[in-house]
Amino acid sequence: MTIQSKSRRLFLRKSGIALGGLSLSLGLVNCSPSAQDSVQAAPMPMDANVSDVSAWLHIDSAGLITIRIPSSEMGQGVLTSLAMIVAEELDADWNDVRSETAPMTATFLHPEQGARGTGGSSSVRKWWPYLAVAGASAKAMLMSAAAQHWGVPSNELTATNSVVSHASSGRTLSYAQLADAAGKLEVPQNPILKNPEQYTLIAKPLKRLDSKAKVNGSAQFGIDVQVPSMLYATIAASPNFVGALTYTNDEAAKRVDGVEAIVRMPASTYVEAGIQQIVAVPDAVAVVATSYWQAKKGLDALQPEFEGGSVEGFDNNALLAGFMQALDREGVTVREDGSVQPSLEGASSVLESTYSVPFLAHMSMEPINCTAFYIHDAIAGDRLEIWAPTQGESHTISVLQKAFSMPAQNITLHTTLLGGGFGRRYEADFVLQAAVISKAVSKPVKLIWSREEDTRHDYYRPASVSRFTVGLDADGYPIAWQNHVACPSVAQRNFSAAMVNGFDPFSIEGAINIPYGIEHQKVSLVQHDTSIPVGSWRSVGSSHNGFYVESMMDEIAVAGGIDPFVLRRKLLSAHPRFLRVLDILESESEWKTPAAPGRFRGMAIHESFMSIVGEVAEISVDSNGAIRVHKMNCVIDCGKIVNPAIINSQLESAMIDGLTAALRGGVRIENGAIVQGNFDTYSLMRLAEVPEMQIHIVASDVPAGGIGEPAVPPSMPALANAISAATGKRIRSLPIEFSLTA
Amino acid sequence: MKFTVNGTERELDIAEDTPLLWALRDTLALTGTKFGCGIAQCGACSVLVDGQLVRSCSVPIASVANRSVVTIEGLSEDTSHPVQQAWLEEDVPQCGYCQSGQVMAAVALLESTPNPSDEQIDEAMTNICRCGSYSRIRKAIHRVAS
Repeated sequence: MTIQSKSRRLFLRKSGIALGGLSLSLGLVNCSPSAQDSVQAAPMPMDANVSDVSAWLHIDSAGLITIRIPSSEMGQGVLTSLAMIVAEELDADWNDVRSETAPMTATFLHPEQGARGTGGSSSVRKWWPYLAVAGASAKAMLMSAAAQHWGVPSNELTATNSVVSHASSGRTLSYAQLADAAGKLEVPQNPILKNPEQYTLIAKPLKRLDSKAKVNGSAQFGIDVQVPSMLYATIAASPNFVGALTYTNDEAAKRVDGVEAIVRMPASTYVEAGIQQIVAVPDAVAVVATSYWQAKKGLDALQPEFEGGSVEGFDNNALLAGFMQALDREGVTVREDGSVQPSLEGASSVLESTYSVPFLAHMSMEPINCTAFYIHDAIAGDRLEIWAPTQGESHTISVLQKAFSMPAQNITLHTTLLGGGFGRRYEADFVLQAAVISKAVSKPVKLIWSREEDTRHDYYRPASVSRFTVGLDADGYPIAWQNHVACPSVAQRNFSAAMVNGFDPFSIEGAINIPYGIEHQKVSLVQHDTSIPVGSWRSVGSSHNGFYVESMMDEIAVAGGIDPFVLRRKLLSAHPRFLRVLDILESESEWKTPAAPGRFRGMAIHESFMSIVGEVAEISVDSNGAIRVHKMNCVIDCGKIVNPAIINSQLESAMIDGLTAALRGGVRIENGAIVQGNFDTYSLMRLAEVPEMQIHIVASDVPAGGIGEPAVPPSMPALANAISAATGKRIRSLPIEFSLTA
Repeated sequence: MKFTVNGTERELDIAEDTPLLWALRDTLALTGTKFGCGIAQCGACSVLVDGQLVRSCSVPIASVANRSVVTIEGLSEDTSHPVQQAWLEEDVPQCGYCQSGQVMAAVALLESTPNPSDEQIDEAMTNICRCGSYSRIRKAIHRVAS
């Protein structure tokens, strides 16, 4: 079986069959040398029952089907949804299916990307074609084995629920009975994939495969890894990101029972290794001890001090002032339709508004951690074994290679379960630190950051500003749209290949691609970096530009006295998918029926990661100004779906994330350092606050879009627009509960 | 220092100020109980001490001497506890990191209030879930109650 895909060719091959059963592996040929070099076969079999660690799919003689998943499981359900794609084409009995995170080997690099990483709401989209072929090929082999056994043509056979049947003779053979024989057959070249009408698993709300381990305590997250003779480390990094370590009380730290070492990690070493422009790791010091608690006490006794860096006085006010100055610069024009300036001059009226959002921390439930074992070996060469809750395997290995001048084949990386990711765990900083510490003490080390370090040394969702100048016609409809954005760059550090003509496409994601039919449009960007490191945060650029654009649209609606659905329908007449989402959202939210007394509604619609999401927030504001979100309606067109129950969970999750960020998310900065440290000062939504959430997944046959992120962007403007409806006050600065300038 | 964990008496020789959380995780390798904040804010470390819900990150090991601790691992041998079963039926977990603590908090709630109202659930279930699995947590608790 061969699939041509761009420059790379794919083929399926059989894996080892030493333990019996059928084992398939999807491999690569004509792969770029760099991709081949960047990984090695992991030496640690995940399960002794599976004969070959490079197998994507294994059916054992008892009929148990093991599917290896090449994406990190961080709550988004890939251990289930990707397994469903394989099981569907395989016609497997879902009760026989288990899944596990694949080892980091060349087999599990994405064929087109030549790399492995989980983000951009992409797992289902990017893996579906390959997983489907793997399942279909295995099924064809099982059918051939049955055909040979009975001496009948394959086309007289059917397969369902892990059983092959010959209808005319009434005979059946289970996959368990066929697996050994099937494993000895050639892999078919052109397996036939199902039509969607034939699906029996896909689009069903099947239970997750990882739930049981997550309710009995046996699920292994990064922080749960245990390696024999392992030590524990915890860390303090430069609070203002740029200062250097100037003082430690080593004597006091060493007096703490169990403290074995103090490891200094100056940022200069990363500069020398040529990776600091990628990892942006501040000066740090770690205390290593026989338990986390003793390491923490050792770090308290160490009393590290950091000094320097020209960020004195840098706070939220200075941040905003810097952004306002940046907006005075012309920047790069990233979109220009028609001629904005003359049409603004000829407009009946002009609206001008400036919006801002703060830096956001990720606050994953599992604090940042990594276990590393640096093995010194003067003869064979040093090696590194890593157990990490990571979203960015290929990126991380490339950083480690440079940091330790180590060939990739000497680095083994095990991806554990992730206690949340949201983009934070794409970064390589914590893995690098764990490896540096292990190298210094020549023992395996589990590095655990405190919650405070996690909050204060994040790669934050960029703070940014957006200034709109919108010209309206006599009926109040927009004819000219100018959006000038100032934003720090995420891409230039971590995704430099994504930079387009010198600008960062993430900064204007959701601003450059607005679907509205406005004749004259100009979108421009000023890159404005600060000392606060930035990175990917759930929905990236759309998390701010979605708020800006959809709030501005609401301003237009209010200014013209136009219903926001009516306004958008007129401007979206060329986009039937948007129109359908709008229609369903208007009906499901009962938009045309007035809200109960004291209740107010706001709406927004936004496309990101190839999915269109519309949301309505229904809220009330009490006499003290306290906001209560009562209900969220969410309508999504995400194309073909795999598991509607998982989609529901992800949409609820994304709305809660967006509402929390809009209400109270954001870091306070003093002298360049982040003030908040823990959940007492960086508050997240808890159960009592959660609104009723009603979700509608639009039946759609366009290719699958993303699920994890797209419901975040519209939730923030839907909420802000509802608050404007309630109070008459336009929310132009987030978070709502304390503004950027507070 | 002696105490009982999941029905088995254990004797530990560690610093008395060690939080119960770290004694469970680092000394006894019971890693189902999770570290989230260290200041009793998030509830990921929730366990039962003599039947009472406790955030184990903020309880020194010395204070549980001669007492009985139940962790997520001790709820059942085979995930059969009614709260665990309800969690599976509602498919509550997403990333799952907070769920040991959520389950323990629900066990404690249902022990004292077998049929809690939504308001009682609001009041009792203060653990943080960063994935936002809250609506299924509520449903699962009602399911046990019914």
